[in-house]
Amino acid sequence: MRRYSSLAELVGPAVVLALVGIVGSMGFVDAALENEFRGALVSVAIVVALYVFVGNSGVVSFGHVSFVAVGAFAAGVMTVPVELKPTITPGLFSFLGEHSVGNVASLLMATTVGGVFALIVGIPLMRLSGLAAGIATFAVLGVTYNILNSWEKIGPGPLTLTTIPETTDLLQATVGAIAVVTAAFVYQRSRFGRKLRASREDSAAASAAGIDVHRQRLWAFALSGALSGFAGGLLVHLAGTLQARDVYLDLTFLTLAMLVVGGVGSLWGAVVGALAVSALDTFLLKAESGEVSVVDELIGKPLWGGSRLVGVAVFMAVVLILLPEGLTRGREFRVSTLRRRVPRAEETPA
Amino acid sequence: MTEDVQTLVDAIALGSIYALMAVGIGLVFGVLRLVNFAYGQLIMAGAYALALTNDSPVLVSIALCFAVVLGLSLAMEFAAFRPLRRASPTTMLVATFAISYLLQSIALVRFGAIGKIVVVIPRLSEPVTIAGLHIRWITIVTILLAIGVFAALTLLLTKTTLGLQMRAASIDSQTARLLGVRANAVITAAVLISGVIAAIVAVILPMAVPERLLVSPDYALRETLIVLVGVVVGGIDRLLSATLGGFTMGFAVGMLSGYLPSSGSWPFTSSVYLDSAVFMLVILVLLLKPEGLFSHGRRTAVERL
Repeated sequence: MRRYSSLAELVGPAVVLALVGIVGSMGFVDAALENEFRGALVSVAIVVALYVFVGNSGVVSFGHVSFVAVGAFAAGVMTVPVELKPTITPGLFSFLGEHSVGNVASLLMATTVGGVFALIVGIPLMRLSGLAAGIATFAVLGVTYNILNSWEKIGPGPLTLTTIPETTDLLQATVGAIAVVTAAFVYQRSRFGRKLRASREDSAAASAAGIDVHRQRLWAFALSGALSGFAGGLLVHLAGTLQARDVYLDLTFLTLAMLVVGGVGSLWGAVVGALAVSALDTFLLKAESGEVSVVDELIGKPLWGGSRLVGVAVFMAVVLILLPEGLTRGREFRVSTLRRRVPRAEETPA
Repeated sequence: MTEDVQTLVDAIALGSIYALMAVGIGLVFGVLRLVNFAYGQLIMAGAYALALTNDSPVLVSIALCFAVVLGLSLAMEFAAFRPLRRASPTTMLVATFAISYLLQSIALVRFGAIGKIVVVIPRLSEPVTIAGLHIRWITIVTILLAIGVFAALTLLLTKTTLGLQMRAASIDSQTARLLGVRANAVITAAVLISGVIAAIVAVILPMAVPERLLVSPDYALRETLIVLVGVVVGGIDRLLSATLGGFTMGFAVGMLSGYLPSSGSWPFTSSVYLDSAVFMLVILVLLLKPEGLFSHGRRTAVERL
């Protein structure tokens, strides 16, 4: 019985994501709305990738979007059609400018680049903890953004990269998000994940029990980087265009807020946070354009322009202030939460 | 030679502004153990208040700026910081992210993305020639103002009961409360002083930094990021080390932008890569001295009032 209940922590989120994919492919969903569904699934992939490190280690990273960024740039630059490269990105190194790859290969490259970059960065940085770790990872993001935004030998520099094939359809987005969730689940149930979670609860006790905290953090950081790179690949093939500021502060803030809104401590929290914020965002977008009849009837006109931006920010601030532990309070998905609310005393994080 | 001195003076002025912001952030951190990411948006709000009253008399304009910034500081304290006092540091930091994002969104919706010009005292932007150096009045005013604020703050912290309580609270909040320090009063005072400093920065920043002449929703965001980094690099546990950290970042940015050439095809060869160079230095410092460049103790900050 215990074994099945732990498997529910994977099956629950996976079924929810599959449902999102199925609803998104239904007849009443037009092209614009389907795009929102794909966007939500890619957000789930990014937030879960972030969760793999932040949730399991308890160390905040403000730099994970660097790995999304290098993944997105790798996948984007390598899939622009070869014949267009001399016009779009004339400055590229010749080995980048003369080759292009297909969809699957570009996602694999994005994963590899993200993982390797995270591993290299993590070797020195994982020695830090607390505020110093947060600021150091943020500094990595600053360097990554600055170089991607300026160096024309590896990308478009300050310009926008266009003509990237838009291959992230609903199926790819759904499968991609479920794949990231599965990887996160397998990791947190593994020996490595458990060691890291032990160090999150009490770093001194974990060290005393023979756990090399630095090494465990490094593995999680590298895995999180690889998954972030993969999610970046999905992201760039969703949008079709890319510039460095797409994968900088706004995305960092948005994904971190999604994670905290859902609940940092659990995989289910990461999924719920990403979906809840995305859903609200889409709803307000539609209400602004007058497509939600309930809102039209209630206030007599479509929501005023800009209520989407303000609404999402208010929602995140309010959830953080009222429920500092997030919507799921850091609990994993379990079947019993659907049936009844059991008053529990203490629960060890799974 | 003259050019070198000129770069040096400008770098000191920029460092002074960053040091002021560092004090504002460090004061609140001291009593609340909260890193206020939304500090830049206080400055943004002040700058909008100035920009919308360009036609009014200077004193009215500046008074309005102070009123707006102080009101917003108090609103933040009562609506967000107070309910979050027992939350984890991560949640508090992300919550200030959310507030910053909210204020930016409101500014974007209300005033649009296009910057508005801020005119405060045009005369201060004119240069004065001293011994062959062309220095703008505002550069001198900035440095003097920063010195004045630090002197006033030092007096407040060392000579008054309130200052004593603030220092006690930031060293050991538990014991301070046991000895009768009222947490809410001390925190509100710190938030207000921090707001006064934000308002001062809002008045001088548009004049002192040419790229900040126009106020837009992301106004002062880059400065806040660099100052936050500087505060941690300097050592956030003590106000002095945090301030020195902020000054160092501003000084480093000023000096590097004075010396790096303006174009180059490889990373770190031109001023385009200024931010990279600064952040690489930051990573290096954090790896060598994680507790802070100007900090002596090894105690880390965990408790809060």
